[in-house]
Amino acid sequence: MYLVVEQLLNGLQFGLLLFLLAAGLTLVFGIMDFVNLAHGSLYMMGAYFAATFVAWTGSFVLGALMALGATLLLGIVLEYVALRHLYGRDHLDQVLATFGLILFFNDAVRLIWGPAGLALPLPAWLTVPVQIIPGVYYPAYRLMIIVVALAVAAMLYLVVMRTRVGMLIRAGASNREMIGALGINIKLLFTLVFGLGAALAGLAGLMQAPILTVQIGMGENILILAFVIIVIGGIGSIRGAFMAAVFVGIIDTMGRAFLPDLLRKVLSGAAASTAAPALSSMLIYLLMAIILVLRPEGLFPAAKR
Amino acid sequence: MMPKLNVSNAVAALLCAALVLLPVYSAVTGNIFILTLFTRIAIYALAAASLNLIMGYGGMMSFGHAAYLGIGGYAVGILAAEGIGSGFIQWPVALAVSALFALLIGALSLRTRGVYFIMITLAFAQMAYYVASALSRYGGDDGLTVYKRSDFAGLINLSDRNQFYYLCLACLFGGLYLIWRIVNSRFGLVVQGVRSNEQRMQAIGFHANRYRLVCFVIAGTICGLAGALLANNTDFVSPAVMYWTRSGDLMVMVILGGMGSLFGPVVGAIVYLLLEELLSQFTEYSGLILGPVLLLIVLFARGGIMGLLGRMSRG
Repeated sequence: MYLVVEQLLNGLQFGLLLFLLAAGLTLVFGIMDFVNLAHGSLYMMGAYFAATFVAWTGSFVLGALMALGATLLLGIVLEYVALRHLYGRDHLDQVLATFGLILFFNDAVRLIWGPAGLALPLPAWLTVPVQIIPGVYYPAYRLMIIVVALAVAAMLYLVVMRTRVGMLIRAGASNREMIGALGINIKLLFTLVFGLGAALAGLAGLMQAPILTVQIGMGENILILAFVIIVIGGIGSIRGAFMAAVFVGIIDTMGRAFLPDLLRKVLSGAAASTAAPALSSMLIYLLMAIILVLRPEGLFPAAKR
Repeated sequence: MMPKLNVSNAVAALLCAALVLLPVYSAVTGNIFILTLFTRIAIYALAAASLNLIMGYGGMMSFGHAAYLGIGGYAVGILAAEGIGSGFIQWPVALAVSALFALLIGALSLRTRGVYFIMITLAFAQMAYYVASALSRYGGDDGLTVYKRSDFAGLINLSDRNQFYYLCLACLFGGLYLIWRIVNSRFGLVVQGVRSNEQRMQAIGFHANRYRLVCFVIAGTICGLAGALLANNTDFVSPAVMYWTRSGDLMVMVILGGMGSLFGPVVGAIVYLLLEELLSQFTEYSGLILGPVLLLIVLFARGGIMGLLGRMSRG
């Protein structure tokens, strides 16, 4: 029972982390109609920045904040220098260009930080286990990820639904030309949204960094998961991304934790130990394929243009 | 029909001549490396050409095309590991399994359009990747060594550098010829018509998705052949050939060379792989240059290299 609670929390934590990544992706995709494969690179850069700045300053919080700022800045520069020229172009052109950026970032990281991975050690106050319900302990750091991600999600919701900028973002998602014609500086808005997306990706990267090692290519696998989420959730829908992310996080984690035992009950030992890892890795993709076959526009399609 | 004489066709013709004469150059100069490099290029060019058939002519943006490279490769590798060394069995199996896989995922994927199609093909390729990683009997994550290349009963010796190169080249030219014939046939014209306007083609009585599906299966089968060649070339097959970045590589080759142009993917494969090879000789960090080059090509050379040549020939 405790194991189930723990794995559920792990799934929630992973899902929320995925949401941070997917939120930026779905905003950029939904509003600018821009497929950004380099989003995973921003996630990786967030983690590398954090590892570096934390080592420099000696403070986890300060280093994390600096890394967040650095990723935001990187996103804005990237948008300003290169990506804004690709809006309105074919999706394939965008795929090609941002694929090039992945190659660039991977080798840039290798040049600057070397091919070996980095570790981002946690401060002592985040390593203690916390008793969440009597008898169940959970690592404080993972709990902090859940809290921070939920806070960011709430803030994002408030910004998008309750502020003027958010109104413009929503308007941009439903009709780009129109809000441009109404005299809104759409270029600035796009840069802002891209920067926001980059910062969210960076946040996801730097929070994940202490759990996994910081390494080259860390953004590639998780980028695909984020794409899966925005496709399941419906492109451009933050609410859909949130629900899909939590859903995917929990399914993925629970699958990895319990599928092997479950299969062992049905299949022979050898067959189960072969099938389990493949099946649990495939689960998410299987899910997406089934959803897309049944609902070709995702579960929560954003309003029609 | 006779191809017109213009810059792009002239480049294509020169390219073919150069590819055919390459072993002579290699023998004269003793440069073996260039022959092995171009063997690899020919195989990837075949894979990219098959992707171009669905992407460029069919308008189906598959982001999982590398799956067939792996499937074709594993068909050869697994049969070889089980003691069936004959290419007359291995290769037809590779083609059949690729076709079957394409039929299955095509039938499901073609229910979706646009970005959703990109993502669902990607999902299926990732599934194939994870299945291959789980084949612990055949190497799992580490991949499978193919100890003996396909045996064609003395007809052709795949371990001979020149013979294998010409086999790859023949497969490439054969594939291109097939694609050329398909594109200009009634079937191909319907597929291209569906790409431009699906509703209209439906309205005049064509079952759009059936044409699409057949086209998808043909492309997958051709790519499966490239996979069988690749496994023979590297004497090795691993899940990594199916990873999504490899599908991305294939897409890059097609777009770089020029989508919807017969020779575009060949040019794209040559330029992309040569650039990668050359850069890696100068620097360990080839991505630092290759990445921005891709970006610049997208920004300033629409329609890829063949598109650029086409504009040059029109002045």
